[in-house]
Amino acid sequence: MNTAPIKIRETVADPNLQKAIYTATGRLMAHRAGSVAPLADYQDLRTAAHELKRHTIENLDYYLEEFERNVIAHGGEVVFCNDGVEVADFILDLAGKRGAHLIVKSKSMTTEEIDLNERLERHGMESVETDLGEYILQLMHQRPYHIVAPALHLTRYQVADLFTEKLGVENEVVIEKQTKIARAVLREKFLAADIGISGANFLIADSGAVVVVENEGNARLSTSAPKIHIAIAGIEKLIPRATDLNVFLKLLGRSATGQALTVYTSFLSGPRREGEIDGPEEFYVVLLDSGRTKLLANAEKRESLFCIRCGACLNHCPVYRKIGGHNYPWIYSGPIGKIITPQFHGVMQDPWLPFASSLCGACAEVCPVKIDIPRQLLQLRAEISESKSSTERRAFGMYAWLMRHPRLFALSGKLGSIFTPRPKNAGWIRHLHGFISVGPLKKWLQERDLPPPAKKSFHDLWKERGK
Amino acid sequence: MSDSRTDILDRVRAALGRKPGQPPQPLPPTVFQTRNLPTPERVELFVQQFAKLNGKPVRVRGCAEACSVVRDLINGKTAVVSNAPFLRECGITDLAGVQTGFTARDELSAACATADFGITSADFALADTGTFVMLSSPKEARLISLLPPVHIGVIPANSLLPNLDELFSRVPKPADLSSSMVLITGPSRTADIEQILVRGVHGPGEIYAIIVE
Repeated sequence: MNTAPIKIRETVADPNLQKAIYTATGRLMAHRAGSVAPLADYQDLRTAAHELKRHTIENLDYYLEEFERNVIAHGGEVVFCNDGVEVADFILDLAGKRGAHLIVKSKSMTTEEIDLNERLERHGMESVETDLGEYILQLMHQRPYHIVAPALHLTRYQVADLFTEKLGVENEVVIEKQTKIARAVLREKFLAADIGISGANFLIADSGAVVVVENEGNARLSTSAPKIHIAIAGIEKLIPRATDLNVFLKLLGRSATGQALTVYTSFLSGPRREGEIDGPEEFYVVLLDSGRTKLLANAEKRESLFCIRCGACLNHCPVYRKIGGHNYPWIYSGPIGKIITPQFHGVMQDPWLPFASSLCGACAEVCPVKIDIPRQLLQLRAEISESKSSTERRAFGMYAWLMRHPRLFALSGKLGSIFTPRPKNAGWIRHLHGFISVGPLKKWLQERDLPPPAKKSFHDLWKERGK
Repeated sequence: MSDSRTDILDRVRAALGRKPGQPPQPLPPTVFQTRNLPTPERVELFVQQFAKLNGKPVRVRGCAEACSVVRDLINGKTAVVSNAPFLRECGITDLAGVQTGFTARDELSAACATADFGITSADFALADTGTFVMLSSPKEARLISLLPPVHIGVIPANSLLPNLDELFSRVPKPADLSSSMVLITGPSRTADIEQILVRGVHGPGEIYAIIVE
């Protein structure tokens, strides 16, 4: 995993990057708002989506088996994989048997999760990302900056230099022309590829079908042109029925990019059938666990498996909009990344992550499947603080005790008011002096400012008014 | 990998407290938001929505007019035409510059890779989103609407449905009919570089809907 080091200060101090993130997420927010506004039943759709996902996840073993039966009935094959190693082994084994070398890939966060390209390339395969943004990032050896707009942090000038360096073309800064360059290079790959790999937005249990939504046409090409199609998806992608798409498709495009439907929605079930002229001759669906079953046991945590990867929570998050997509420890950034990453990797891997939130709730408000992200963040925080003895916890324990003893509380308030040094300009207190500016308190205050204590407490004022 | 299958299903069941073969709780039936819309108004709505997507809608009266519109568009260039009977009825398969009747995948793919136009019909179209619905079959291949830079869809007005819900209420299991159903909503597009909209990335950058009334 080419995980870049966390560089929050650098990101915040880079005016070009700040502008890029703000503009892109701002546009996506406006597009979403404009497209959900005309939906009279928008809130009902969210509730329906939540309930359908909850039902599916609560009965997941049943739907996995139903899905598998139906894929087989349509001539395809289902491959269960515990982790990324097993996925790569399956593909390498199949490629070996078929003499395949060239893979075209459409966008899939699940394959990013397991570093699939790197694994395949280590064994001599060429695996080409074909979504324009992903293609650019693959050439740069970077991971996606955003779930749906993977290259939103780059400018046309960076793309121009990249294409000149990697493709040997003349420096071209017109975006339409850059797109044409990529189209021409990738068209050759599509027509020559042995295997097409896609992700899946939904797996339909009653049909044994994979649903892929996209705008460019690269997923259609990846799943139509090569003789072998392999779809790779997490086990949580299931929904019970094809007809449930009348809920999910209305929400996904609108929440992601403000489109009522994305340009292409492909509903794929099995290899091409008797008489069909094109389409793959072999069809495989890889169902990946890779940590997902760990979340299932807890009824609240399993809510994060409802996510349909629309990216709306990223766009609306004041933290994501400031620090961007590369300052999270894993490929999932933004609010959803903050809950998925610790749940997959264990809370103590990056214990700071669930705390890097103001809990403003914007993410929960726009989530199309109503995942209560702030609530999950609080739970993760509780888990983290319970798993270590911290000075902060002891201090708050004392504070809680104090609050249960009104006289002592009032007294300590008065003492605090007397002994806390006030800044001369009556502004916020940014650091304390003297005996309390040492040890853990000093560290705690590095990231926090305090309002100056009031001259009279609320209780005193209340008593005065009462008289 | 059958071991991984057992591992995963066992873990899922253990976490959820379920037994092998245990049926799920009952699921309420899908509620369809169908809409009563007479055909002329469906055409009107489709034309409006298709144009918003930067598609080019053309309304024609009868097959002969559809054929002459397509002839003017091809205008000396080349086209691959699908095996849809409706296109043959309209005489589009007989136009100059047209290749049609493909049954072999490699020949079709090679023809589509160089043609200027891909011409298809569609099984349905959705009025409120300006969408073509295409099921793969001996009549309609996947690549004709995908590889050429321009896609022309010629559809009878009576194939228009009001919306997505109507499609799924009529076709609750598309997998029973075809290995592939695709909804096409406008020209291929991207906004991956600087959020600037560019049409025609991997699929057609131009799309026509010729609606035959």
